Amino acid sequence: MNWTTALPELVLACCGMGILIFGVLNKRDTFLASSMLTVGAFLLAGLLVLMAPMGVGFNGQFTNDAFSLFVKLLILAAAALSVVVSLDYNEHTNLKRFEFPVLILYATTGMLLMASSTNMMTMYVGVELMSLSIYVLAAFARDELRSSEAGLKYFVLGALASGLMLYGVSLAYGFSGSMDFLKLAAALSDPAKASPGLIVGLVFIVAGLAFKISAVPFHMWTPDVYEGAPTPVTAFMATAPKVAAMALLLRVMATPFGHLLAQWQQLIVLVSVASMLLGAFAAIAQKNIKRLMAYSSIGHIGYALIGLAAGTPNGVRGVLFYLFTYVFMNIGTFACIIAMRRKGRAVEGIADLAGLSRTDPMMAFWLAVFMFSMAGIPPFGGFLGKYFVFTAAVQQGMWTLAVIGVLTSVVGAFYYIRIIKVMYFDTPAEAFDVRPGSLSFVAAASGLFTTLFFFFPAPVVAAAEAAAKVLFH
Amino acid sequence: MNAAGFPLLSLVTWLPLVGVLVIMSVRGDEATVAANARWTALWTTLIVFVLSLVLWVKFDKADGGFQFVETAAWLPQWGINYKMGVDGISVLFVLLSTALTPICILASWEAIGTRVREFMISFLILETMMVGMFAALDAIVFYMFFEGVLIPMYLIIGVWGGPRRVYAAIKFFLYTLAGSVLMLLALLAIWYQVGSTDLVTLLHANIPASMQTWLFFAFFASFAVKVPMWPVHTWLPDAHVEAPTAGSVILAGVLLKMGAYGFLRFSVPMLPLATANYAPFIYTLSVVAVIYTSLVALAQTDMKKLIAYSSVAHMGVVTIGIFTVNVQGVSGALFQMLSHGVVSAALFLCVGVVYDRIHSREIARYGGLADRMPIYAFAFMLFSMASCGLPGTAGFVGEFLVLVGAFKVNFWLALLGSLGMILGAAYMLYLYRRVIFGKITRDDLKGILDLSGREIAVFAPLVVLALWMGVYPSSFTGFFDAAVNAMVDHNHAALMGTTTIAGVLTP
Repeated sequence: MNWTTALPELVLACCGMGILIFGVLNKRDTFLASSMLTVGAFLLAGLLVLMAPMGVGFNGQFTNDAFSLFVKLLILAAAALSVVVSLDYNEHTNLKRFEFPVLILYATTGMLLMASSTNMMTMYVGVELMSLSIYVLAAFARDELRSSEAGLKYFVLGALASGLMLYGVSLAYGFSGSMDFLKLAAALSDPAKASPGLIVGLVFIVAGLAFKISAVPFHMWTPDVYEGAPTPVTAFMATAPKVAAMALLLRVMATPFGHLLAQWQQLIVLVSVASMLLGAFAAIAQKNIKRLMAYSSIGHIGYALIGLAAGTPNGVRGVLFYLFTYVFMNIGTFACIIAMRRKGRAVEGIADLAGLSRTDPMMAFWLAVFMFSMAGIPPFGGFLGKYFVFTAAVQQGMWTLAVIGVLTSVVGAFYYIRIIKVMYFDTPAEAFDVRPGSLSFVAAASGLFTTLFFFFPAPVVAAAEAAAKVLFH
Repeated sequence: MNAAGFPLLSLVTWLPLVGVLVIMSVRGDEATVAANARWTALWTTLIVFVLSLVLWVKFDKADGGFQFVETAAWLPQWGINYKMGVDGISVLFVLLSTALTPICILASWEAIGTRVREFMISFLILETMMVGMFAALDAIVFYMFFEGVLIPMYLIIGVWGGPRRVYAAIKFFLYTLAGSVLMLLALLAIWYQVGSTDLVTLLHANIPASMQTWLFFAFFASFAVKVPMWPVHTWLPDAHVEAPTAGSVILAGVLLKMGAYGFLRFSVPMLPLATANYAPFIYTLSVVAVIYTSLVALAQTDMKKLIAYSSVAHMGVVTIGIFTVNVQGVSGALFQMLSHGVVSAALFLCVGVVYDRIHSREIARYGGLADRMPIYAFAFMLFSMASCGLPGTAGFVGEFLVLVGAFKVNFWLALLGSLGMILGAAYMLYLYRRVIFGKITRDDLKGILDLSGREIAVFAPLVVLALWMGVYPSSFTGFFDAAVNAMVDHNHAALMGTTTIAGVLTP
């Protein structure tokens, strides 16, 4: 049994317990210290991910390969940045409790597990570890009605989705006799013999995962939870869990159910088109920027799913690349949203951004960069992401999907450039409070990254390609 | 290494961004920052212009292929490289862009009073995007510059524009984006089909006939909006009217050429069969544009709107010329693009001059300016004449060649196309009479000042160009003769090839 493959997860879990004990035993306020320790733990885990041996451990339940490496590093980066953006917000909103970073840490551990899982059991454990931590995080502002409502809503619907997924797992197990991804793949090598029960199981598993990535029609919770949860939690939810759940979906579709491509392809196409349409049209009328970001993330998931729908290594490469650019522009946007504060009170209206280019040119500039990037305007990172998924669709001759994709991206561009319009063309509203250094750092770092990414995309494309090839061997 | 001995095109493309960095680093109160931003932008663009003159001097006119080519690995494993180069078709547009930008900076010297730093930054970024677009020799690099233009232009219209600027900016952005994304799909399809995004390879790639139609319409969606062709031209009057003077100048002078350039670079050489099949469709739209928008121009009461509609009509002539695919037609279209780039830019500057003084673009608000502004009246007259194609001015040569080319295709096409010249004379003379002649009736016009030294500096190069292009056109046509010949020959060869095969197959 090769337990060193799971070293990053083990170390991360131990660090979590250590920080928890540190927080409990310490009488003074340890929020900042625990947060810093958490970021340190993420860095350490990142290092270990790079060093951990490739291969299969725990009797095939856990696998380290190029795919998990890519996904894990991305998750850790997203989680670390989320902790950084939470520092100042929690300070101001009385949420500075040491449990906060620890919960993020455990959610992240679950996500790493998901990235490596090659067994339905590991998959479920990973998903649940992630979800339970996030349910608590969503309700973290417990004195605030909206936050409690968000937590409860997310929990009830999330539990339902988990139940669906579990039911799907049991069906898959019942009709194929194994939970191991590779054995499932072998059992399903002849799609003609796949029993209807297995297909039903597959649909249930897809439904459960689609809930986690908030793809239509399992998106209902997203706007409410995004709006109600404390903003740093929203930032976290919009980035790392999306990556983890999407990665898991990629692996499940490509490895155990890879032979059933024809069966699940239509399903993914449908979900992708519906997500793109809803993301584009429902966001137009939003007045709250967090709700807008919720619909925006639904749309982005729709684009990413185009790559999966193509069902080729190039498609998976596109998805991974898309997620890569998505994480950085999203976390940067949320850093800007968290910085929207007047006289100590957080504001969330799009109208509150009016004339930001006069009152805070730097923040307006970065937010404009993120919005253009999300709209997919070159030369920003978001364009390259869209470029690679559309390539995959075109190569497979999926023209309808590609055309719907580009047209909804034009509709989507409308609400992104509307935010730029509010910031640059409208008369200034009252200025926001001075930005704290941590948020400026995250905004500037991800902004620079999004802007300059087109100079050096080759290594990331190569890594994504290597990762995608693993799934299709 | 290329003829210049150093990566000239990259330098011309990216140098404006150095100016951006300099402007960004300026600190101080608003007046200091504004003054510094203006001077930095002017010097940067002038240096870029001087550098680009190397192209004019060293360009080998006998060579129909690409020159000054430079390559750098970008995504080499996937066949995409950063590749720049110019041929006879694109070289003059690079020069047009670098020449118009300093003029625009100078024209907005006093007209832009708020947020000068941001304005100059936007303009310099715009220059990078324009030059890069004309010089790109890789389809994806081309697309990045082509779309990138939207960002600075959106801000220029939206921040410094007139009362309905928000509507105009968003309309401009969405119209152009909607067209472009379809082109992106076409580029991806070609990439997948041919396995390369290198334009030099693509120009000679054989794309199956069944694909050509779809690709043609995908490109059409993008370029027709950009040209703009009737009926997708409606964003243009809005954008022109609301944009600040410099924005209108660059929009009319360069951005409209991007669409026509796209037709010449992609549609005609890469899709010869579809071009031949759908040329009548393009002719129809172009003729409608020429006649209909000329009539609309005749009815305008706003000077900028009138010139905007005249642009649509002139660009209709250009698209006729491009799709005749014979030497006269294509050369004429190219010449017309250049002359329109100079003349319509100058006309927008003329409107800007009186707008800066009176703050109105209503034609009825003026009259009798000849008394008070003789130099202005002269410049305006010259450009009006050039716009309606008076022999001896820039406008004549292009329209004439296009009509000759059209005549070779179809008599009626040439006849209807030439109606544009008549109507053009009508609306320009009507405009000129109402603004310049007559008696001064309004008090504020009695004290109006003639062109200042700065404004004369703005107009002088354009006057020289408009006359030079009209009197001695070969110094310009010489650049693109070889390239146009090569393109037309290639196109005919491709058509002949398929017809012979068809002849063999069908007894």
